[in-house]
Amino acid sequence: MKSTIDTKLNRSTPPYIKDAIEFDLQLKPCDKMVLDNGVVVYAIDAGAQDVLQMEMVFYAGNSFESSNAVAAATSYMLKNGTSTKTAFELNEAFEYYGAHCSRTCKHETASLILHTLTRHLEELLPVIKEMIADSIFPEEELAIYKQNSKQKLSVNLQKCDFVANRLIDAYVFGEDHPYGKYIVAADYDALTTEQLKDHFNQYYLNGHCIIFVAGKLPGNLFDVLNNQFGKLTLKPGSSIVTNHIVPAATKKYRIANDPNGVQGAIRIIRDFPDRHHPDFMKMMVLNTVFGGFFGSRLMSNIREDKGYTYGIHSYVQNHLQDSALLISTEAGKDVCEATVTEIYKEMEILREELIDEEELLLVRNYLIGSILGDLDGPFHIIGRWKNIVLNNLDEKYFYNSVKTIKTISAEELKELANKYLQPADFYELVVV
Amino acid sequence: MIQYEKFTLDNGLRVLVHPDTSTPMVVVNVIYDVGAKDENPDKTGFAHLFEHLMFGGSINIPTYDEPLQVAGGENNAFTTNDLTNYYCQLPAENIETAFWLESDRMLSLAFDKKRLDVQRKVVCEEFKEHYINKPYGDVWHKMRELAYSKHPYRWMTIGKELKHVEDATLQDVKDFFYKHYTPINAILVVAGNITPDAVKALAEKWFGPIPSGTKYHRNLPVEPPQTAPRSAEIKANVPIDALYKCWHICSRLDDRYYVTDLITEILSGGGSSRLFQALVKEQQLFSNIDCSHSGSTDAGLLSIEGKLVKGVNMKDAEAALMEEIHTLLQKGITEKELQKVKNKTESSLAFEDMSVMSRATNLAMYELLGDAELINTELDKYQAVTTEELLNESKTIFNENNCSTLYYYSNN
Repeated sequence: MKSTIDTKLNRSTPPYIKDAIEFDLQLKPCDKMVLDNGVVVYAIDAGAQDVLQMEMVFYAGNSFESSNAVAAATSYMLKNGTSTKTAFELNEAFEYYGAHCSRTCKHETASLILHTLTRHLEELLPVIKEMIADSIFPEEELAIYKQNSKQKLSVNLQKCDFVANRLIDAYVFGEDHPYGKYIVAADYDALTTEQLKDHFNQYYLNGHCIIFVAGKLPGNLFDVLNNQFGKLTLKPGSSIVTNHIVPAATKKYRIANDPNGVQGAIRIIRDFPDRHHPDFMKMMVLNTVFGGFFGSRLMSNIREDKGYTYGIHSYVQNHLQDSALLISTEAGKDVCEATVTEIYKEMEILREELIDEEELLLVRNYLIGSILGDLDGPFHIIGRWKNIVLNNLDEKYFYNSVKTIKTISAEELKELANKYLQPADFYELVVV
Repeated sequence: MIQYEKFTLDNGLRVLVHPDTSTPMVVVNVIYDVGAKDENPDKTGFAHLFEHLMFGGSINIPTYDEPLQVAGGENNAFTTNDLTNYYCQLPAENIETAFWLESDRMLSLAFDKKRLDVQRKVVCEEFKEHYINKPYGDVWHKMRELAYSKHPYRWMTIGKELKHVEDATLQDVKDFFYKHYTPINAILVVAGNITPDAVKALAEKWFGPIPSGTKYHRNLPVEPPQTAPRSAEIKANVPIDALYKCWHICSRLDDRYYVTDLITEILSGGGSSRLFQALVKEQQLFSNIDCSHSGSTDAGLLSIEGKLVKGVNMKDAEAALMEEIHTLLQKGITEKELQKVKNKTESSLAFEDMSVMSRATNLAMYELLGDAELINTELDKYQAVTTEELLNESKTIFNENNCSTLYYYSNN
């Protein structure tokens, strides 16, 4: 049957490609507006669909909370009642227009994110304004939140990956550090509406705020935002508190969580500097080689050669301040220790041997190609800008990263591996 | 409107092109008309295992991933009960690399023994990670077996049991490939910064010479109408009791599909939906409750699942849930409620269309269903749904003889 195939077509030689490192990547510039109260709005007007995303970032994350779980609960309950609307009415106000308003709470920041068809923006902004200026945190809503959060936590605590993710951060940052602490059931029990109201008053109502908008933007965007938010008591700029890292004394842990478990969650972590450190961009490249994409060393060895896991990844955690380099996988219970050994073996190879030019070119091309793909569409572009703004960088950071990807040498990467991929510096955890 | 051009190669491969010059990228999407429903009941999970083997090198190219990554591309794939889909995205300048790679693996795989050995293990770990090593992980296996007596939707895409995956042989792999992975059983969609003429030339060059293969005509067992309620109990080491209920619904191409989709939105499409408001907020019997449908090509299931608040009796929770369904059947819905779920649908479709990748995959899926043009008529069909149709369809679906219930009890 195969004899019909055209023999002139050479299927063994790859077609000509333009190396992605020859591409000239441009980050679309961001419009900047300042509301009457000084709050800055960053905007990207792009895209063919009549859609819009608006994110209001508040410096209201768990770094600022008076006790555990307060920041997350306050963030969640922004949609659970104002002096004129019940939780149901708030939800319906968005849902009637097919819009979605979500809340996220991180370590430094907590955001309200609106996704809507552009034409409904003006109907929805007054509702957002009410949430950030007039939330009342009803007792009965908090009681439901506590009950349901505790139930969800009890289910999650049966999962080895969830347990491992909590513990590993606590080891490297300390249990009292915002990046290391975690919520237990008793924290939910202890929550009071007074705590939430205080947090709201200080960090939303009178808090620091930055707004990011992207999509097909209306011509009067500045006016409508200024009308709704320009007179509020919000403050411009950011607010960061520095916390002291208290790492654990013991480096290696094995924890039995589920007697019926058939897999173990493996986490291996070390501290790593933030984006302002010159090694940060270089590590983006080394990490890609190590465990940052499907063709990485860890994936090729531990999944594609040995079949110990469905997936293994390494990454630098996305924190505004001190960060950490984490290797993460779930592997068969019987091969967890073998997986740990292989992870260290891959670190050793990166310390001892130069990455060959072919592999390095592949990684450069892959990274540039994925940035090119990631600059596609307004939401991706504003995401890049948000990262730049919140980390207190400028667009040079983007162009320098691109330059680092294109030019970093195998020698530099080996040097970097010797500096950061030393097993003695890592915390190691397996939860079954 | 999503603009596209369609043509068919002599070997039967259907090709769709959706140009979009606003992106520097192209997406190449290949869908094969085979899914878990086409598996032998004793060898389940095979379509998905096979998907993993498609990355293990083809007849002339030792690996799929590396040359694509060198060209600045990324790729992935997924298998469902109905189909298997492969997609990659790369800079438009390097599009020929995708044609070279995709056509070679449609021509023939390398059929490497070691690849099969390793991917069997990888898929077993995937099975464990998602369905064994997780509280409530087995529930949809059990539910499918309860709700379907004949149709191959009885099993999940991942397979009925680990053993089926472990027992797969190289001969199984070859048979499956030659039966399903042929131009006549595939659809190619190219979207992004490229012209239809360029795609035509590339498709002729790379896919044109591949032998057509034999059209696969599926002859699946038809699921007989359910005539009595079914139920089962599970006791497991989970912290909280949970309730799962399913009802049979129409197939994807039935006009009632749009009505059914909106019914799920009315019941649980957000914080102002009926079930959430009544059962989580007002009565506080459930800590969460969700209603969804399988969206499958053949007649699927509408399901409602929720975790009970600790201390709540299962029968009380179920009665309260059925009371909400009863209210729907007695009183129907208001025009305002219907408008709300239509607005939500319009908005989700617009957000989905933002990504070239999603447009490419949707075109391929609609073409597989029978007509790519469905992508442009969906919204109108949702907009045309009336409150009366919604009430009638609810009555058809929420018939007690059409229902399967799983009571999932905590051992603790």
